[in-house]
Amino acid sequence: MEVLKIATAGSVDDGKSTLIGRMLYDTKSLTSDKLEAIEKTSKQKGYDYLDFSLATDGLVAEREQGITIDVAHIYFSTAKKSYIIADTPGHVEYTRNMVTGASTSQAAIILIDARKGVIEQTNRHFFINNLLRIKDVVVAINKMDLVDYSEETYNAIKADFEELMAKRDYQDQKITFIPVSALKGDNVVNKTDKTPWYTGPTLLEHFEALDRKDIFNAGTPRFPVQYVIRPKTDEHHDFRGFAGKVYGGELSVGDEVVALPSQTRSTIKEIYFHDKKYKTASRRSSVTITLDDEINLSRGDMLVKANDLPTVDKQFTATISWMDSLPLAAGNKYIVQHGVNKVLAKVEQVHHKIAPDYSGIDSETDALGMNDIAQVSFRLNKPIFYDQFKNHRTNGSFILIDTKSNSTVGAGFIQ
Amino acid sequence: MSNTSTELEVTPSIELLKDTSHINALENEAIYIIREVAAQFEKPVLLFSGGKDSITLVRLAQKAFWPSKIPFPLMHIDTGHNFPETIEFRDRLVEELGLELIVRNVQDSIDQGKVKEESGRYSSRNSLQTTTLLDAIEEFKFDACIGGARRDEEKARAKERIFSVRDDFGQWDERNQRPELFDMLNGQIELGQNVRVFPISNWTELDVWSYIKEEQIEIPSIYFAHKRKTFLRDGMIWSAEDGIVFREEDEVVEERLVRFRTVGDMSCTAAVLSDAETIDKVVEEIRDSSISERGARIDDKRSEAAMEKRKQQGYF
Repeated sequence: MEVLKIATAGSVDDGKSTLIGRMLYDTKSLTSDKLEAIEKTSKQKGYDYLDFSLATDGLVAEREQGITIDVAHIYFSTAKKSYIIADTPGHVEYTRNMVTGASTSQAAIILIDARKGVIEQTNRHFFINNLLRIKDVVVAINKMDLVDYSEETYNAIKADFEELMAKRDYQDQKITFIPVSALKGDNVVNKTDKTPWYTGPTLLEHFEALDRKDIFNAGTPRFPVQYVIRPKTDEHHDFRGFAGKVYGGELSVGDEVVALPSQTRSTIKEIYFHDKKYKTASRRSSVTITLDDEINLSRGDMLVKANDLPTVDKQFTATISWMDSLPLAAGNKYIVQHGVNKVLAKVEQVHHKIAPDYSGIDSETDALGMNDIAQVSFRLNKPIFYDQFKNHRTNGSFILIDTKSNSTVGAGFIQ
Repeated sequence: MSNTSTELEVTPSIELLKDTSHINALENEAIYIIREVAAQFEKPVLLFSGGKDSITLVRLAQKAFWPSKIPFPLMHIDTGHNFPETIEFRDRLVEELGLELIVRNVQDSIDQGKVKEESGRYSSRNSLQTTTLLDAIEEFKFDACIGGARRDEEKARAKERIFSVRDDFGQWDERNQRPELFDMLNGQIELGQNVRVFPISNWTELDVWSYIKEEQIEIPSIYFAHKRKTFLRDGMIWSAEDGIVFREEDEVVEERLVRFRTVGDMSCTAAVLSDAETIDKVVEEIRDSSISERGARIDDKRSEAAMEKRKQQGYF
């Protein structure tokens, strides 16, 4: 069984929370006490149907306003897979939450209200999913019950969306269209007889069929050292292990590696997971590696295969998604956290703001406000070891930390 | 614990370490998070309640640092209303693993007049823990507290970050949470602030139980079906043993075959009817269960927004 994390996006009232509630309900993931609470509250509000959005809208403010304002995580599982849904809000002003939710997801659902069709928000959601290079995207055309399950309406919306697809940067993104009614439960988990013209999978069937190769890009292994383990006990007197997570590919015992930044070469001697030795560590495994030679490595350093080096540089240009109310401007200093490595960075130049909606209207600017997306160049106080984001989703991304507030103020995708 | 690292023989293996299984992926993520805590903070602590989630955390921490010992202490905020089985278990675990254990008592906070004991039918020491916890954080200058909370437990928890910053007053500002991107954890804080860390955020109750089964982790006996003197109230089963839970005279005591799904403060943790005497049966029961785990926690039922309010005040 695998874990699939799905980011959801939609405008206010597109029925996103209802869709998630419907998925939980139809996969029998809602427990009887939760269902009871939903029934009780729906009745109090005078609805003659079950308001599934109550299953996900967790914060008091959200219940009051009837909207979702932060990233919430919802869990359910089938016999085949475990699902984590990162439910992100769809307001214009909440781009930051969408980027956040999408940054850890392997798939996404873009929700469109069949009565409204492709709107500016749809463009934004798609732009962000594409910017973050989410490999699998489902365009769920919702509220089909309110347009009499019209094939014509569905096709018109699909055609509009396909125009957007021509403009996208990441062309390998796989896109699937599904007509649904979250309220009625059509094509969400179960097939419906209301859309005989649609022969594709239901939303859940689509995700169930996804394979690892549909989700992850082939990449090159990167091993940032997270923590050095030196027990100094009698039994493990000389043990010197480098703990960390393997990104992008596999590492095996006997692999010739280069340590960065020292450029020292060595060979992988052992790979431990807890107290067991393994021959190969796959991507995303948290292991401890020992080397044949005694070389000096500390947190933030990186082990890579000798024949596959990343770029080692003190400057780069990146697409920045800005998330703070204080503006980013040329000359400002921030901490760049690239994986587990932290370096001080200075903004060299803000090139131009990118319209995150495929309108093509890029604008000159020297400062970024909350939710802006722009090209920015940085200079660092020491080199980092990076790949381009388009080649490596993990080693090509970073976060920006404000040196005064310590808050995470932006996300970056290296070009 | 079934085995300590020093006892176990290291066997050379040629298998591929896979991350394809669901539990395995969650385990790898949790180990990564725990290592980040050790690397980014000066004085971390693992909050240990004796419950299955914190026992799971201890196992994960063991794995994260092997062959070194866990490089931070455990701390138990003792309400004085714990199940005796939990306390025995706690002391044995700590001794076996050679860990440092700090205990701070809610009773002391009451004696010092810092908090007032609740009275009446639904009285509980659960919310009183907050003051004792915040005092202990200040006393030891802890900058990171690792906890076993999971996002699937409750709606407000679903929005909690993995690294969740608390201000000088230990409070959670849910409106102003740091965005958490990729798997990069930002632990930068100012003096006086601390971070609550939740390595098993993405685990469900079933995941925890499956892991306990797979890893053969020992847990306190009250998690398994046993005969207990109990009484019924509001459709829930309460323990009538040890005199901790307030009982009206007309509430009839009866012996029932029960087990506990969570082992919080006795005064707010109800039992469930169960004949699951083994871990296999417990996993099976959870898989088929239709009531959520916190459904047996009266403290969440006080109001729709109960958990969110307690969290803002500094509750775990």
